[in-house]
Amino acid sequence: MSDRITPEDVAKVAKLALLRLNDDELDRFTHQLADILEHAGDMESLDLDDVEPMARPIPLVNVFRADVPGVPLDRDEVLRAAPSADDGRFRVPSILGDER
Amino acid sequence: MTESSLRSAVDIAAAVRSGDISAVEVLEGHLARITESDAEIHAFNHVTDDAAREAARAVDAAVADGRDPGPLAGVPVALKDNLCTRGVPTTCSSRILEGWEPPYDATVVTRLAAAGAIAVGKTNMDEFAMGSSTENSAFGPTLNPHDTTRVPGGSSGGSSAAVAAGFASIALGSDTGGSIRQPAALCGVVGVKPTYGLVSRFGLIAFGSSLDQIGPFTTTVADAAAVCEVIGGHDAGDSTSIPQAFPSVSDHLDDGVEGLRVGIITEMMGDGIAPDVLARTRAAAEALAAAGAKVDEVSVPAVTFGLSAYYLVAPAEASSNLARYDGVRYGLRVDAPTTTEMMEATRTAGFGDEVKRRIMLGTYALSAGYYDAFYGKALKVRTLIRRDFDAAYEDFDVLLSPTSPTTAFEVGAKVDDPLTMYLNDVCTIPTNLAGHAAISVPYGTGDDGLPVGVQVLAPALGEVVMFRVARALEAGLK
Repeated sequence: MSDRITPEDVAKVAKLALLRLNDDELDRFTHQLADILEHAGDMESLDLDDVEPMARPIPLVNVFRADVPGVPLDRDEVLRAAPSADDGRFRVPSILGDER
Repeated sequence: MTESSLRSAVDIAAAVRSGDISAVEVLEGHLARITESDAEIHAFNHVTDDAAREAARAVDAAVADGRDPGPLAGVPVALKDNLCTRGVPTTCSSRILEGWEPPYDATVVTRLAAAGAIAVGKTNMDEFAMGSSTENSAFGPTLNPHDTTRVPGGSSGGSSAAVAAGFASIALGSDTGGSIRQPAALCGVVGVKPTYGLVSRFGLIAFGSSLDQIGPFTTTVADAAAVCEVIGGHDAGDSTSIPQAFPSVSDHLDDGVEGLRVGIITEMMGDGIAPDVLARTRAAAEALAAAGAKVDEVSVPAVTFGLSAYYLVAPAEASSNLARYDGVRYGLRVDAPTTTEMMEATRTAGFGDEVKRRIMLGTYALSAGYYDAFYGKALKVRTLIRRDFDAAYEDFDVLLSPTSPTTAFEVGAKVDDPLTMYLNDVCTIPTNLAGHAAISVPYGTGDDGLPVGVQVLAPALGEVVMFRVARALEAGLK
């Protein structure tokens, strides 16, 4: 992890995360992210080869509930909170033809 | 009995239950203080005074009818604005959720209401709980009631300030890397981060799902115990909920610390910790020794890598959790011709800088080619931290450290330098990475006269002993 993160890297992750950055932001975020990642470089000093990763504090187990119908959220109440809804569904702009 | 003589939840509930004071009178006293001072402090994003009055009247009616009004009857509670409240705006102090009214209540909100507590409002926070000063709120910072030129800490700074200012007797916050304990320390109140899985996260808007835990802010250790017992315990709505009740901490508060083994964490008593904070932490250790505990120093080497691991793990989880804010189902939408452009415009306008920083950091840490070097390595460090804690807990019942490296700092002092801001959480982060429990107890003041908090750390499900030690510290101070 010795290579410092570049503006091109930051522009790429911004695009992946659906965020737009102007030139000033790109410059500022690149420096800030580089500082944070450089601090994380202290982990390089550790011998981690035989260490198991820990993704969560409690082992993940399947949790089942009884197979009986519950009470779902009220559809109208949920859709009222949406920016746009129509005919019982969420409404979005065109999704076809927006490949970039 | 007068309203102003009552601060603690235990005292308020006892007085309301016995009919010595009405829940309405208690509530009106708190609402009056909010009206008088919150324009300056800005602890709240939203005050629910009408609903609170209705709930208080219902508690008084229950008392009048001889029905049990619940263990927290009439206790005013402030809720961090990342806890879902049905029909009440829940924003995470973010433009992207401004005005959103959830269609359900968080489990902790339901349990507090069932216990007779009165929700007075939603508190300000760092946007999506990312920050240590509450300056990252899209709606402006919260100020520290002890000194309004200082921050209250964060990210639950609105909740800690609300309790410190007497706007609410108790408050709930969430703690992903110290977001309950650090603001509790800076505002001079008690703050608890329970064991991961002991308090349901259902209805808590997710930040770092393997780290997040809800807990209370209170003015006394006994109040914190009482609130934990109400909000804790198994909930089928959270698949990581431990299938047991919250340990009976209240019953053992005054058991004392005779014979308990207390370890001062060597790595948290040196570089980067202010001398006045170190002095108060040593004074706390001496007080415990005087009360009969066996106090010694213990090394937990891996905690020095906690900050590095945390600032990869938490952003990685956040980058995934915050993908849901896309302008489709709730919150902000910035219109654009296509869905992808709409989502990009919405997220760009709706998220603040710190949130964008962490989303990008997490996306980077998880991306092909960097996963092993960053996220994978951080998960292994997490194992080391837990291993070193486990070794320490073979010789000690609880561990002791400062909560925050300094007392409350000035508004604006660190907001432009993310890494410096992150260092505020250096003593609190390891507990979250391990999934353990910790409590911050006010322990006097620093050289500037501002509150200092001391942290008592315990292994998973070690709450009974942790609360005993916290209570002993509190009692020894009086």
